[in-house]
Amino acid sequence: MAENKFAAYICSGCGIGDVLDVKGLEGTAKKDGKMAEVKSHPFLCNAEGVQLIKDDIANNGVTHVCIAACSRRAKTEAFNFPEVAVSRANLREGVIWVIAEGSDHDEIRQEMAEDYVRMGCAEVKKMALPDGNLKESSSKRILVVGGGISGMTAALAAADAGYEVVIVEKTGELGGFARNLVKRVPFSGPYAEPQATGVEDMAAKIGANSRITVHLNSTLAETAGAPGRFKAKIAQESGAITEELVGAIVQATGFTPYDVNKLTELGGGQDNVVDQAGLEALAKSANGGVIKRADGKEVKSVVFVQCAGQRGSGGNGNGHHLEYCSGHCCATSIKQAMYFKDANPDVDTVVMYSDLRVPGMGEDFYRSAQQKGVIFTKSKVNKVAGGGSCKVDFKDLILDEDTSVDADLVVLATGQVPNAGVNLDKWTEIVTLADGGDAAAKAQTIEMKKGSVLNLEYRQGPDMPQFKYGFADSHFICFPYETRRTGIYAAGPVRRPMDMLQAQEDATGAALKAIQAVENVEKGRAAHPRAGDLSFPKARLEGCTQCKRCTVECPFGAIDEDEKRFPVFNEERCRRCGTCMGACPVRVISFENYSCDTVGSQIKAVNVPDEFEEKPRILLLACENDAYPALDMAGLQRLTYSAYVRAIPVRCLGSVNTIWITDSLNSGYDGVMMMGCKHGDDYQCHFVKGSELAGYRMSKIGDTLKQMGLEEERVITHEVAITDHERVAKLINDYVAQIQEIGLSPMKF
Amino acid sequence: MSDLNTQAVARYKNNFLKEVEERVEDGHWVKMCMQCGVCAGSCPLGPAWQHSPQKIFMMIRAGKREEVLGSDSMWMCTSCYNCIVRCPRKLPITHIMHGLANYAHRLDLAPKGQPTREIARLFWDNLVKTGRVNELKFSLAMYFKDGFAQGIKNAMAMQGIGLGLMKAKRLNPMEIVGGHKCKDIPGIHKMVAKAREIEDRRRGLA
Repeated sequence: MAENKFAAYICSGCGIGDVLDVKGLEGTAKKDGKMAEVKSHPFLCNAEGVQLIKDDIANNGVTHVCIAACSRRAKTEAFNFPEVAVSRANLREGVIWVIAEGSDHDEIRQEMAEDYVRMGCAEVKKMALPDGNLKESSSKRILVVGGGISGMTAALAAADAGYEVVIVEKTGELGGFARNLVKRVPFSGPYAEPQATGVEDMAAKIGANSRITVHLNSTLAETAGAPGRFKAKIAQESGAITEELVGAIVQATGFTPYDVNKLTELGGGQDNVVDQAGLEALAKSANGGVIKRADGKEVKSVVFVQCAGQRGSGGNGNGHHLEYCSGHCCATSIKQAMYFKDANPDVDTVVMYSDLRVPGMGEDFYRSAQQKGVIFTKSKVNKVAGGGSCKVDFKDLILDEDTSVDADLVVLATGQVPNAGVNLDKWTEIVTLADGGDAAAKAQTIEMKKGSVLNLEYRQGPDMPQFKYGFADSHFICFPYETRRTGIYAAGPVRRPMDMLQAQEDATGAALKAIQAVENVEKGRAAHPRAGDLSFPKARLEGCTQCKRCTVECPFGAIDEDEKRFPVFNEERCRRCGTCMGACPVRVISFENYSCDTVGSQIKAVNVPDEFEEKPRILLLACENDAYPALDMAGLQRLTYSAYVRAIPVRCLGSVNTIWITDSLNSGYDGVMMMGCKHGDDYQCHFVKGSELAGYRMSKIGDTLKQMGLEEERVITHEVAITDHERVAKLINDYVAQIQEIGLSPMKF
Repeated sequence: MSDLNTQAVARYKNNFLKEVEERVEDGHWVKMCMQCGVCAGSCPLGPAWQHSPQKIFMMIRAGKREEVLGSDSMWMCTSCYNCIVRCPRKLPITHIMHGLANYAHRLDLAPKGQPTREIARLFWDNLVKTGRVNELKFSLAMYFKDGFAQGIKNAMAMQGIGLGLMKAKRLNPMEIVGGHKCKDIPGIHKMVAKAREIEDRRRGLA
C-alpha cells in the first residue's frame, strides 16, 4: 500500500480571504496540522481549484485531503474525490458568516478559523477510505408478505421494475380484505359513484406475470439473515416447507376489523347490528338488488354509526376501544349508503357522525351521497338496541337535544386493527424472564411466537417494532416508509390506518424502498439516511468485554450475538448511525472514516487558551442531520454567535461516546453542548432511537462530572430541529453567557 | 290549519325534507348542507334569530316541520348575502331563507304579526291594487297596522318628516284619493293571477 500523503487546501473565496489571514491559516495547517502540502486558492470550488486538488491526487500521491472552505454540506459535487479521504474545515458558514464583523473580533475570529483548520487536519489523519461491504452474491428478489391490495400492488410494482417477487398469502386466494367488498370508493374524477374493486384484474395480472411466484395457504415459518440474503422458510398449511432466498421484504399484512362484539353499548353482537364488513356481506348476497337483513326482511331504513369504538372519548366511541381514527370508515359508510340508495332511493339512510373525515377527494364523494339523498346527522350515538326493529339513541349535536331513531339495520363503522405480529416490548420483557429461568415465561414465548408474522431470527424479536397503537414500524414524522428493520418495509393498513388508494400508494413506496435496499446491498452501501455510505462498523473483538450494550442499543437490530456473546455485525442491516460506537464502553467499535479517534483528535486539536486569557472554549457536538444544517443556516442568515464554540458534526447524537465529553473537559474545555433531534413519541431522530439513547446516557454523566469536580451545567443537551437556525444561535450565546457566569473550567493547564 | 297545510301534511307525512325540496324555492339545496356553521357565524343578525340557518337545515332534515315553518328566523334575514358568499358548499342560503318564509306564509304557519311579514303583506297588497306603489297609502297603512290609537301616535311622530317631504314635492297629499296607477289594471291583475297559477303548479300547491 502506498504511503499516506496529507494535503490541505484553503479557499479564500466567498469573503474568507477578506476577513481571515489566509497566510496564517496556511502556516497553521503546515505547522500544527503537519500537512505535507498546503495550498490556498481564491476560488477553490471552480474548475481550476478542483483541478488543482485532482492533479495533486493524480500526480503528487496525495491520499488525504483537508479542504478548508465552506461547510461540508456545501459544494459536495465539486469536492467529491472518491479515491481519497476528505475532511472539511468549515470556514465560511462556521466562521466568517457567524462571527460578528469588525476588527474587534479579528483575533477571536482568526483563532476560530485556525482551530477549524487544525481540527480538519487532525480528523483527516485518522480517516481511512472505506472499502464498502461487498458480498460475493446477494439476492435481488423481493418477498411480499400478504396478498391483499397492498401486497399485490407492491408485487406488481416491483415486478414491473424488473425484480423477481415472491408473494406469501395466508388464505387460499389473492385479494385480501378487498375481495369481500362489493365495490370500492372511487379513486378518480368525478368521484361520484362506487367503483369495481379491481381485485380480480390484479390477481389475474399477478398470475400472468412470470416474475411473480405466489405461495397460497402459506405463512412464514422463519426469516433469517439480512438484506440481500434473507432466507425465508415458507410453510404451507399441509406443513410442507419451501425455502426462498430474497433480498428485501415488504410486509403488507393488512388489518382485521375491530371485533364488533366488543361494542356492547352500541348493540354489537345483537341482531341486525352489523359492522361494515357485515354489510358488505349482505350487499354481496343482494347482488345489486334490494339489500335484505339476515332474517330476510328488506331493509327500508338504515343508520350508520361512525367512529364506533374509535377515537377514544372524542368521537362516537368510548375510551376502552380504539384510540385512533381509522381514516377510511367515513368514505366507506358513504359508499355503503349508496348501495342502498342506488338500489332503492326511498330507503332512509342516515349517517351519524361527529366529524366527517373524507381524505383525498372524498369531499366530492360525500357531496354525491348528499345528492342521492343520504342524510348526514352530526350527533353522538349513546346507545343502539338491535333486534327486529333497531333503535338508535343519540344526541343531535346541532340542535343540542337527545332523541332517537328507528331503523331496520344499524351499521357500526368499526376501526382497523393492524396485523403486525408480536409486540416487541412485551416480547423483550417475557424473554428476559425466560432467560432468567422462568418456565411459565418460556411457555409464553412459544405461545407469543405463534402470533408472529415474519418469525425473524433477530435477537430483538420475531417481528418489526411497533408503534403506540400496535401499528408496524415506520419513521412516522420524517420518513414514513422507513423502518427500524433495514430491508423490511411495512405497507398498507399494517403501518397506519388507511383506505385502498392510500394503501396502493403506500405499497408502491414500499416496493421502491425494497428495491433501493437490494441495490444498496449489492453495492455494499448503506440505506437511508446515510444512503450510499460505504463505511460500516468494525469491532476489535479482542478488546470486547461482551457487555452487550451495542447489541441491545442498536436501533436497527443489526447486531446479533454469538454463543460467547460477542457481537456479530450484520452490515446489510446497519444504517451507519454509530450508536454502537457511542455505546461501547471500551471503544472497540469504529468506522473507517468516523471513529472515537477522528472526533477525539479534533477535540484535542483545538487550542485551549490558558485561564488568564479568559477565553472559554465550548465543544458543540451537533447532529449532522438537523442541528448542523441549522448551524449552517444560521450562517446563511448571517446570524451571529459566539466565537468560543467549536462545532463538530456527528452522525447522530447516539454515536457520541462519553469519552469525548470527559476528554474535552479534562483538557480544559469549559463546556460541552450537544444538539440532536427530538426524541419521544413524536421523535425526529433520523435513526429513531439515537437521540433518545444519547439523552439517557447524558442523564448519567452527572456522576462523572462530580468526580471531576465540575458543575453539572458544563454538559448540556438540546433538541434542535432543522428549522431552528435562529434558536441555535441564541442557544449558543446563552450557553456561553452561562459558562462565563459559572466561571472558566478549573481543568485548564 | 289552512287547507294547503292539511294537504301538505297528508302528502308528505313525515318527510319534511322532501316537502322542502319540492315546494320551497331552492329547497333542493338543503340536503347539501355539511353543517359547518359558517353561515351561523357570518350572520350579522345571528344573535337575534331563534334558529341559525345551520339549525334550520338540520331541523328540516330531522323533520321538525312546525318548528321550522313557525320560526321567525327566515323573516329576520336582511339579505346581506354574507352567508351565500361564505358557504363552502355554495348553498344559496339567503334565497332558501326567503323561500322558506314564503312557503310558511302560504301555508299560514308563519308567526302571526311578525313585523317583516306584515310589512311585506301591506306592500304587496298596495302594489297589486293599481300596479304602482302608493307611498302615502302604504305609509298610512303601516302607521295604523297596530290599531287606530297607535296609528295616530305614529302619524304625529312622523309629522315633521311628512311635511318636509310635501314641501320638497316628494309626497303628494292628493294621492289619498285614488292616486297614480297603471293604464291596464285588469291586465296587471290577470298577469299576477297567471304567475301565481304557474308558480303553484310548479310547486305542487295547486
